[in-house]
Amino acid sequence: MRREGSPWRGMNVVFFRELFDHLTGPRMLVLQLLVVLFGAATVYFAVEHMRDTAAQDPLLYLRLFAPPGQATLSFVTVITILVPLMAIGLGFDAVNGEYNRRTMSRILSQPLYRDALLLGKFLAGLTTLAITLTILWLLVIGFGLIRLGVPPGLDEMLRSLVFLLITIVYAGVWLALAMLFSVLFRSPATAALVALGVWLFLALLWPAVAQMLGAMISPPDVRFAALGLQSPDTLAWQTALSRISPSTLYGEVVVAMLNPDAQSLTNLLAQFQGRLMGSPLPFGQSLLQAWPQMVTLISSMILLYVVSYVAFQRQEVRA
Amino acid sequence: MSVPVIEAERLTKRYGQATAVDGISFTIGRGEIFGLLGPNGAGKTTTILMMLGLTEVTDGQVRVLGYDPVREPLQVKTRVGYLPDAVGFYDHMSALENLRYTAALIGIPPAEREERIRAALERVGLTASTRKRVGTFSRGMRQRLGLAEILMKRAEIAILDEPTHGLDPQATVELLEMIRGLKRDGVTVLLSSHLLDRVQSVCDRVALFQGGNIRLIGTVPELAQQVLGGGYAVEVEASGEGLAERLGQVPGVRAVEGVGPERFRLLAESDVRPQAAAAVVSAGGQLRQLSVENPSLETIYNRYFETAGVQHAA
Repeated sequence: MRREGSPWRGMNVVFFRELFDHLTGPRMLVLQLLVVLFGAATVYFAVEHMRDTAAQDPLLYLRLFAPPGQATLSFVTVITILVPLMAIGLGFDAVNGEYNRRTMSRILSQPLYRDALLLGKFLAGLTTLAITLTILWLLVIGFGLIRLGVPPGLDEMLRSLVFLLITIVYAGVWLALAMLFSVLFRSPATAALVALGVWLFLALLWPAVAQMLGAMISPPDVRFAALGLQSPDTLAWQTALSRISPSTLYGEVVVAMLNPDAQSLTNLLAQFQGRLMGSPLPFGQSLLQAWPQMVTLISSMILLYVVSYVAFQRQEVRA
Repeated sequence: MSVPVIEAERLTKRYGQATAVDGISFTIGRGEIFGLLGPNGAGKTTTILMMLGLTEVTDGQVRVLGYDPVREPLQVKTRVGYLPDAVGFYDHMSALENLRYTAALIGIPPAEREERIRAALERVGLTASTRKRVGTFSRGMRQRLGLAEILMKRAEIAILDEPTHGLDPQATVELLEMIRGLKRDGVTVLLSSHLLDRVQSVCDRVALFQGGNIRLIGTVPELAQQVLGGGYAVEVEASGEGLAERLGQVPGVRAVEGVGPERFRLLAESDVRPQAAAAVVSAGGQLRQLSVENPSLETIYNRYFETAGVQHAA
């Protein structure tokens, strides 16, 4: 059976109203303050830490985002934690809030499809996050310009731009997840709690669980263990399992983009291409390396959205 | 009856095993006020949601202004205004902002929006509260704002679900008057309620729902004829000797019941109040009160389900 009329009718109306609500609401103000405060503090420490070595380092601006060494809390760490929190904060009551305010049936009795309502809300949330993250990114670059007094190179700019884009996608994944729960659960508190629970589980617990499960599925080979190496099969399982978590995928992209001289991911590829060990990868190669992770993040965002779309379409509109 | 605007045929909605609406058929003409009456859970709201295309039809079909709400929901929703039970608005926004949002969703041209909103708010008496946050509104004001939305939309059909639910008597009277105003504008009104007597006064025709079925449909006098067996019930309060007998002899009276000390109820084929008064006076009695009973919807309803209940038991 075919529906008549455009599924996009009314979407821009929903989009702009939701965007306005997000940008002027107190909830967003709090989240933005949190992000800017944490971001400013970490970048400040990073700058203080490296002002002495400024002249020698060719990747100075990337060090602002991800300073080498684990001594201080880095900008990337803060972003990895705060972005899901912001996204969940924006999305957890997107749909069930309309039911609870009893506005859902009134809005849906206007000439628009549910498609337009859900997509308008999702895009408004994503745009809000994109605006916040872009402002933060500009602040960091600007701060670097003032404090370091060296202009960023093309390679650094490209890398940090990809970092910005993938951070927005990462935020979109958590926004889609939060909206899915806002469709599934009628109580916003439940939806928020479940979304936060899933985030904590995937970000904190899952890496350890993946290690354990990988070792169980494919037990380590004694011959490799005797040489002090990890068995390739076990490692493959552990890596594959750990990539179920969007935090792991995002972390890998960030390492590839911001730490081109890091060895963790690159040595295998480097050996094939005859690259000197220890020298940074060119931008194109880093992008190639992170490409599967980036595609996976984008598709999981779309997949989560589609699941919430299907659930929402089937829902009974009583309130 | 005038041109039909809503036609339902064997309309059915099932949730798993449970049947919420069981093959109902009815037709509503243009400019009518039609009442869907019945207890909570009788299938009134489900019927309304099916007409708006907000829930899927299991079986049968419904046409609204000639459109199929399942396949052409946008056509239906452009022309039909809906006031849900306990309507909600965005509390942090003002009445004006709420209506602006809906106006944009409806697709009212920007040049007309402000004027249409202003006129609608004036009609429902909310001009003074235009810029107040809806969070501060009382229940009655929210219902009126919901009506303003329908007026602004210039809907051909207004569907009101329990519009008087939870309102105080004063607010109810005002709201019913506004519903009559809709009719004067040529809007077809469909309203549902479980409070029979409140809405009896505004409805041209009613359908009595029970257990997902329409049990009775028609104008209130028609239903009275059908259920109460027609005729008039005249109540006489008078004192005197042998009055019951004298009243029984009045032409047209079929039966006399004593309903209390010196109170009689005459069942007659016509309004026999003058004759009854004459009979009391000529018998030397003292007439204290004389009235003819208007059949109330509640009486019809109760009587119908009493007898229906007896039939089921038998």
